Amino acid sequence: MIAEAGLAALWFAAALAALQLALAAVGVRRAMFSGATKAGADDVALTNQLLSAVRPVAVVQGLLAGLALLLLIVTFVRSDMSVLLVATNSHSDKPLLYKIAGAWGNHEGSMLLWVTILGLAGGAVALLEHRLQRATLIATLGAQALIALGFYAFLLFSSNPFARLNPAPADGNGLNPLLQDPGLAFHPPTLYIGYVGISVAFSFAVGALVTRDVGPAFARAMRPWVLGAWIFLTLGITAGSYWAYYELGWGGWWFWDPVENASLMPWLAATALLHSVTVLATRDGLRAWTVMLAVVAFSMSMLGTFLVRSGILTSVHAFAVDPKRGAFILVLLALYIGGALLLFAARVGTVRQGTTFDPVSREGALVANNLLLTVILGIVLTGTLYPIVAAGMGVQLSVGPPFFDKTAGPIALLLVAIMGAGPLMRWRRDEANAVLGRVIVPVAATGVALAGFAALGGGISILPLLGLALATGVGAASIAPLWKRNLRRTPLFTWGMVIAHLGIAVSLAGMASDSAFTKQTLVAARIGEPQRVGPFTVTLDHIRPVIGPNWSALEGKLTVRRGDGTPFVLRPQSRFFASPPTVTSESAIATRIDGQLYTVLGQEDEQGRWQLRLWWKPFVTFIWLGGALIALGGLLSLLGRVRRERRTAMREDEA
Amino acid sequence: MKAKHQRLTLVLLAVAAVIGAGLLALSALKDQAAFFYAPGDVRKNELPLGKAVRLGGMVEAGSISKLPDGVSIRFVVTDGIAKVPVAFRGIVPDLFREKSGVVAEGSFNPDGSFTATNLLAKHDEKYMPPQMAGKMHETKTLEQ
Repeated sequence: MIAEAGLAALWFAAALAALQLALAAVGVRRAMFSGATKAGADDVALTNQLLSAVRPVAVVQGLLAGLALLLLIVTFVRSDMSVLLVATNSHSDKPLLYKIAGAWGNHEGSMLLWVTILGLAGGAVALLEHRLQRATLIATLGAQALIALGFYAFLLFSSNPFARLNPAPADGNGLNPLLQDPGLAFHPPTLYIGYVGISVAFSFAVGALVTRDVGPAFARAMRPWVLGAWIFLTLGITAGSYWAYYELGWGGWWFWDPVENASLMPWLAATALLHSVTVLATRDGLRAWTVMLAVVAFSMSMLGTFLVRSGILTSVHAFAVDPKRGAFILVLLALYIGGALLLFAARVGTVRQGTTFDPVSREGALVANNLLLTVILGIVLTGTLYPIVAAGMGVQLSVGPPFFDKTAGPIALLLVAIMGAGPLMRWRRDEANAVLGRVIVPVAATGVALAGFAALGGGISILPLLGLALATGVGAASIAPLWKRNLRRTPLFTWGMVIAHLGIAVSLAGMASDSAFTKQTLVAARIGEPQRVGPFTVTLDHIRPVIGPNWSALEGKLTVRRGDGTPFVLRPQSRFFASPPTVTSESAIATRIDGQLYTVLGQEDEQGRWQLRLWWKPFVTFIWLGGALIALGGLLSLLGRVRRERRTAMREDEA
Repeated sequence: MKAKHQRLTLVLLAVAAVIGAGLLALSALKDQAAFFYAPGDVRKNELPLGKAVRLGGMVEAGSISKLPDGVSIRFVVTDGIAKVPVAFRGIVPDLFREKSGVVAEGSFNPDGSFTATNLLAKHDEKYMPPQMAGKMHETKTLEQ
């Protein structure tokens, strides 16, 4: 019964989305033409009724989608094996957390999660957004409904999460063991909130295009959503990177895997959008450009969602998908992206030119930021899609890290350098000489660091060396906007910018340090024989079997000493899962202030030796610490903006 | 600067950036076109020596041998047309076994053998998209 109720909720939600779209379309049309035709009072009243009906419909649609997801989670928690999705992806022995997370650890469930977040976000827009022109807001909600309809159709016609299985099996197949990790419980929802936030921003852009209302007010309404989406994308990517680092057990933190790229591309676009929307909101410049970026960001998040789900990409994220569903996805993708581009092309002529600015100015730096982000996005997109296109033409090839490192790497470094200088420039117009004076300290810091690392580190390759030097300089430059300011009166969003930019420098330092200074030891170790890696001595004391809730494992006990310090113990495992039968390595990691010791247990050989892989990774933690700082900066910005908006609103109300 | 000019400049810059990105990507991809090899593609006279490439195929039955240091192995990759001997030092991925798919990352030696720095083993069947059956499919595993 629960599954049927869930399916019913989903159908009702879809019907409401259709209603929401129809009401918004008719209402906005009437509102826009009523001025021209001098409509009667009755007509105006009807238009108003149409428009006011959209908001409650949007709220209820979101709640119904949420109910459907809740009911799906209930079937997973109760291990109802008569539901096909539960039987194929869950197992009654699984810990409760993974039963719940299992609800979205598969294709159908994750799509339901997506549309639920979309519905709830639409409800939130309907409830919270009051400053935008009403017709624009309603058009925005209409666009939301249109996006949601595609997802509902996809769920109901080709990916029904509530399909029954008859006869019901005794127990389920289980969840891919790689995915049985706390990271899974939070990683997809985080990314999806980010994707959905971008689609809300896009809906605002559609609303503004439809009602010809592209201006600062629209930018201010859109900005919190862009910021929020960007924070969640940042967190999702950071968490995903750390998950891959410790769970896949080979010490890398980014693989240029198509699925990672699928989450990176919306982030790049959202970062560009975030900066251009600021220009639009504060300086009323870059109007058409901002709308275009909203379209691009939305396209990238759709690509991100669907490429991962289409089964075209191959990785741990790809679930078995039938070809019909893949075709459905491609059609949806073409409709969304094509439709968005068409609307932009049709309406961009109605967007009036905003305020102008000098090339040497804060706006100029932001344009450079946007262009470079676009270039990186183009490179990543090409590298990700090229193998698919080539496969379509019968050529098998794979594009790997060497491609991305060589192309995107140098441009990213250039972008980071400009990021350091940008906040030190004035809005509208600045003097090149004055700017040079302001960046002289960071530039000097970069030079000193470059010389220092080159002299010290002997044999660091060029990219990590540049990265380390640039991280030093940009770190200094990013806190420079606070120089000589009253820190207590500095607005929260300025703090946000400073901290986010500092986070980039910190993250860059971590990446460069990891690739420049990592030490590794790979041995077949005898019990009791000490091994050295970096400043550590590691001894394998014994191997013991361990039993977990749905796995068994061989666990090594490693006693580790740093110099003459107190010894501590690490316990890497080799885990065996029964359903589905799989072996995974569980690395054991010791985190210290200056880096991480990373240990992996391999196999036993005929002489009773055990393979051990040990890494000492100085300052590798900075990569994710930087990511967290970036997200924190975003959060402070968001709070600062919301607070200022509220104050302005209150002042206007009093006046 | 006049408003119209600024808009035009921005548009031109954007177009130039996108085209630049495309050209850069394509020129780098030209190198990458020869990134993935099957044993049958390997011709002795034009080996991509010293370049990081991928070699994909099946691990030949009975070909895996362990070396005395306990962390190095040798095996043969085949695609039914040709065979390439591969040397690898490292912990092999959990799904690496004989008569199963493998993608080796590394470089060719002048004698036609391959030194792998990283092995990618075929993922569990259940999680593999059907149209990708075969050597394209891979998962991230242990790297040298």
